[in-house]
Amino acid sequence: MNRTIRIANGQGFWGDSLHAPIELVKRGPIDYLTLDYLAEVTMSIMQKQRARDPKSGYARDFVSMVEEILPDIIERNIKVVANAGGVNPEACRDAVADAARRRGFSGKVKVGVVTGDDIMNRLDDFIARGVELKNSETGEPLASIRSRVQSANVYFGGRHIAEALDKGAQVVIAGRVTDTGLTLGPMIHEYGWKPDDWDRLAAGTIAGHTIECGAQCTGGNCLIDWETIPNLADIGYPVVEANADGSFVVTKHKGTGGRLSVASVKEQLLYEMGDPREYITPDCVADFTTIQLTQDGIDRVRFSGIKGKPATDLFKVSVSYSAGWKAIGSLVYAWPDAYKKAQLADRVLRERLDRLDLKFDKILTEFVGANACHGQLSGPPSHDIAEVTFRIGVRSEDKRAVEQFTREIAPLVLNGPPTVTGFAGGRPKVEEIIAYWPALIPKSELRAKISVIEA
Amino acid sequence: MAKIKLLKLSHARSGDKGDTANVGLIALKPEYYPILVKEVTAQRVKDHFRGICLGEVERFEVPNLGALNFLLHQSLDGGGTLSLKTDAQGKTYSSALLRMEVDVDESVARELES
Repeated sequence: MNRTIRIANGQGFWGDSLHAPIELVKRGPIDYLTLDYLAEVTMSIMQKQRARDPKSGYARDFVSMVEEILPDIIERNIKVVANAGGVNPEACRDAVADAARRRGFSGKVKVGVVTGDDIMNRLDDFIARGVELKNSETGEPLASIRSRVQSANVYFGGRHIAEALDKGAQVVIAGRVTDTGLTLGPMIHEYGWKPDDWDRLAAGTIAGHTIECGAQCTGGNCLIDWETIPNLADIGYPVVEANADGSFVVTKHKGTGGRLSVASVKEQLLYEMGDPREYITPDCVADFTTIQLTQDGIDRVRFSGIKGKPATDLFKVSVSYSAGWKAIGSLVYAWPDAYKKAQLADRVLRERLDRLDLKFDKILTEFVGANACHGQLSGPPSHDIAEVTFRIGVRSEDKRAVEQFTREIAPLVLNGPPTVTGFAGGRPKVEEIIAYWPALIPKSELRAKISVIEA
Repeated sequence: MAKIKLLKLSHARSGDKGDTANVGLIALKPEYYPILVKEVTAQRVKDHFRGICLGEVERFEVPNLGALNFLLHQSLDGGGTLSLKTDAQGKTYSSALLRMEVDVDESVARELES
């Protein structure tokens, strides 16, 4: 097939706008709706949910969203591709199939799942065979935190999504796949790009990178000319118009708010970028220094010239593990001398924590309103500053120490510096820290499983 | 020569990868890109972010976008869920970099002021 296909992204992370995917379907032409639900920590949250209930462990809001758009996607043959499966893609598939039957669409929707990314049960085997899963940042072997691991998943790529589409799935549910693979997969499926067609695979990957954060490429979180970006309240989410030769245009539905310009796209291209010549995915290595951008009409940016390089023989692994406890509390100090009062509160609280002999791995104080974001670059705060939020956080392996910390903040309202408020929320919450451990694994160790059922 | 804030010459976006923040710095006009390349070195960025960036700074050139990409290692108090920072993902480091002052020709400075 050589037709131009329209691939939209309606979800940049789990917690993004619930309306965006629905608007993308209702307000303009699209062929594919992609949705990115998984951040690094999301998998560990879902792992915990599944431990309590074997039928959970996926993005539940995905199911109700699909239910709402089912009549449209069936009528217009729109395909939905999402990594909403979390740690339980089959349960997510079953929930979608149930919803389809409930709505009277039995036999009308095929739902595919990509599994095999969950390696939690294979970790000991890997370690025993010398597959160390070393931390890519620190070089430490996984064995050093093995007992604290909460989830472990491999990032599959666009080719695995394409396989599910090849098998006729209208809704594809994956666990851990790369964000870019959600967009590349439909292109591989439509255009039959070969596994060594590096330039086109790189183009599809860069299309995916551009839209994977939803409205962040259509004027959201956009610094350039931010005050003149039209109608952010009705911001349009991105749509890629892809071609078989690997060229594509990024745009949004007519009549929606936001802005798509070469400059706004440049901001998104550099977001979470490492080495721009070596953007590594399971499908290829994309070279961002080869991208040529041109404005192709209002709210349309054309991409061309993209080059890629061969994929590596490794998959990326995302491990989450329990790494202690933390809590963060705050109080607000008002004029006059708001900053000095907040500083005194910090000294007083730290002295009390010392006296209680509590052990913390880290205590961090910030003065919000003065320098929390930019540190010393903010310069000294104005003497006349209206108010300052004293914000203090601790982390420790010792949960009790963190709990005791949370009891020491409120008393400052009565026994610390004056003109203080902002404690209506009560004691700060003690949170378990689920930390992230990036690693690599030979591709030969894994095989994705792709299956499709009819609802 | 005159001193000008990067805010006048460029725009930026930042994000995170673990304990590393990235800042993409983009020239507002093609003719400003060589100024960025010359002035905004990895060492200057490291000095600029003292007290925030505790590790190395790497710089990558992206001439086709008129942009530089910086990696600021050990800048997010451990990053992700470990971090106690308000800005645990380095999302505001973009504008923090735009505070930097660089040397430009008087002619460029005059153009920016007009």
